[in-house]
Amino acid sequence: MSGARQIAADVRSGAVRARDVVEEHLERIATRDGEINAFNLVLADEARAAADAVDARVAAGDDPGPLAGVPIALKDNLCTHGIPTTCSSRILEGWRPPYDATVVQRVAAAGAVAVGKANLDEFAMGSSTENSAFGPTRNPRDPSRVPGGSSGGSAAAVAAGFAPLSLGSDTGGSIRQPAALCGVVGVKPTYGSVSRSGLIAFASSLDQIGPFATSVADAALLLDVIAGPDPLDSTSSPEAHVPVLPVLDQGVAGLRIGIVDELVDAEGVEPEVRAAVLAAAAALEAAGAVVDRVSVPSVVYGLSAYYLIAPAEASSNLARYDGVRYGLRVDGPDLATMNARTRDAGFGPEVKRRIMLGTYALSAGYYDAYYGKAQKVRTLIVRDFARAYGTFDALLSPTSPTVAFPFGAKADNPLAMYLSDVCTIPTNLAGHPAMSVPFGTGADGLPVGVQVMADAVQEPVMFRVAQVLEAAAPGGGAA
Amino acid sequence: MLPPGAPVESGAMDTPAAITRADVEHVARLARLGLTDAELDSLTGELAAVLGHAADVAALDLADVAPTAHPLPLRNVLRPDVVRPGVDRGEVLAAAPAVEDDRFRVPRILDAP
Repeated sequence: MSGARQIAADVRSGAVRARDVVEEHLERIATRDGEINAFNLVLADEARAAADAVDARVAAGDDPGPLAGVPIALKDNLCTHGIPTTCSSRILEGWRPPYDATVVQRVAAAGAVAVGKANLDEFAMGSSTENSAFGPTRNPRDPSRVPGGSSGGSAAAVAAGFAPLSLGSDTGGSIRQPAALCGVVGVKPTYGSVSRSGLIAFASSLDQIGPFATSVADAALLLDVIAGPDPLDSTSSPEAHVPVLPVLDQGVAGLRIGIVDELVDAEGVEPEVRAAVLAAAAALEAAGAVVDRVSVPSVVYGLSAYYLIAPAEASSNLARYDGVRYGLRVDGPDLATMNARTRDAGFGPEVKRRIMLGTYALSAGYYDAYYGKAQKVRTLIVRDFARAYGTFDALLSPTSPTVAFPFGAKADNPLAMYLSDVCTIPTNLAGHPAMSVPFGTGADGLPVGVQVMADAVQEPVMFRVAQVLEAAAPGGGAA
Repeated sequence: MLPPGAPVESGAMDTPAAITRADVEHVARLARLGLTDAELDSLTGELAAVLGHAADVAALDLADVAPTAHPLPLRNVLRPDVVRPGVDRGEVLAAAPAVEDDRFRVPRILDAP
């Protein structure tokens, strides 16, 4: 059995027991996660208990909710009450949060069954999940390759059939890029539309939680459960979420779709990836959309601006890991020495690199030239997108410039790794929604993802485009 | 490199000088990172490479552009001032590396008298 909507329908009707569904998925995890390493922690006992509770509610005549009995993987930067939450970092190893993230509460309240905490690049910093302190995750489509990152465990868990749904977080592409590389659907919602209470912060003006699924409709189902205002997150938008599932099949007739020149022609975009975007555009045109090219000139500065803004915010957010209140402590004769020893022992190389970069970009004498300039570039990107959305309903680009790459291919060159996010970063800077939809294969038969972008809170339009692309995808879309 | 319509460069005077190993040591102290000599060496080159890529941004003349700190037009978000349970103190303290008298215990901050 597969598909979140099918499972939920069968569990709600009593045709299938949630316990049987969870056992089937735990069996797949037991069989293959030794190889894939999608999970930092498998919650077998907790999942069985949660599934039994769902079954008891069905037996009692209650409706457990729209995700009844659906197994879900949670990125291990989402706080789970009493359950270790590591961010794949030594500095938080063994820490048990004193509360649940809002999204964790919402999926549980909708009947979903959490089966594990998914691996990530340490503190969500990376594009390959090679930066995890607990070892890399392998791509289920080709275990010699990376799954992408930073939500590599969440993407791999869905691609491997360990869970039909997962949650990730996306600061510069960390949901969309691994979705593309693993051949699944990944969504970064509008900034502020999903509560971040209990998401361990990386770069607060960019971070957003979103769904992974094997189909566009399943991703819509999960988004509709997690989105909406939350008093525990002061950056959560007060506007009610407009459900996307009901409008999914409205088609694209008459919609205006723009292919973003600067992103299809970005540095390092493989010819097969570029061809997939153009084929996707042709499919939308065949379905009645009006397709044209569009220039969004300032996105060429997106990568540079992001790698000043995100590390600057990270250097501030990660100051809290000082050996005082939680996590690792390496003792020293005085507080400052204890802080420095703890942080040197607890953080991996990429996290240190970003903290250093961000501290430098914010330091006296450099603030205006780097961080200040990057914030102004952000304004240009917002303006250019606003101009594009004056003419177009949705925009298209590659998600990742390349298909999944081999382990180690970019591990020694931070800048080459950062270029993996060149097409996904601009929408984080603008705060807009974007999603990756599998669309055929590229080099070595590996999956290619096409990115659909839309203006703020225009998820319904974005999902309609994605739904048409999924139906038109060569080979039938998601894995 | 510059796309049509993009702001023009104002010249090299806005671009900061290349980062040095001494800068990296200084920043490590600011960031409370006790880095090894090998880490300081490798970071000097790596940060220079990323900052070199960012030179395109540093060189832009954006004097008339306002900064964007945050993509949402939200300010001063308030919720009703009602008493609600916070996190459990015992649970929080149980997760701390060292505790004394219901407080976080830390090494000496000031020199002994």
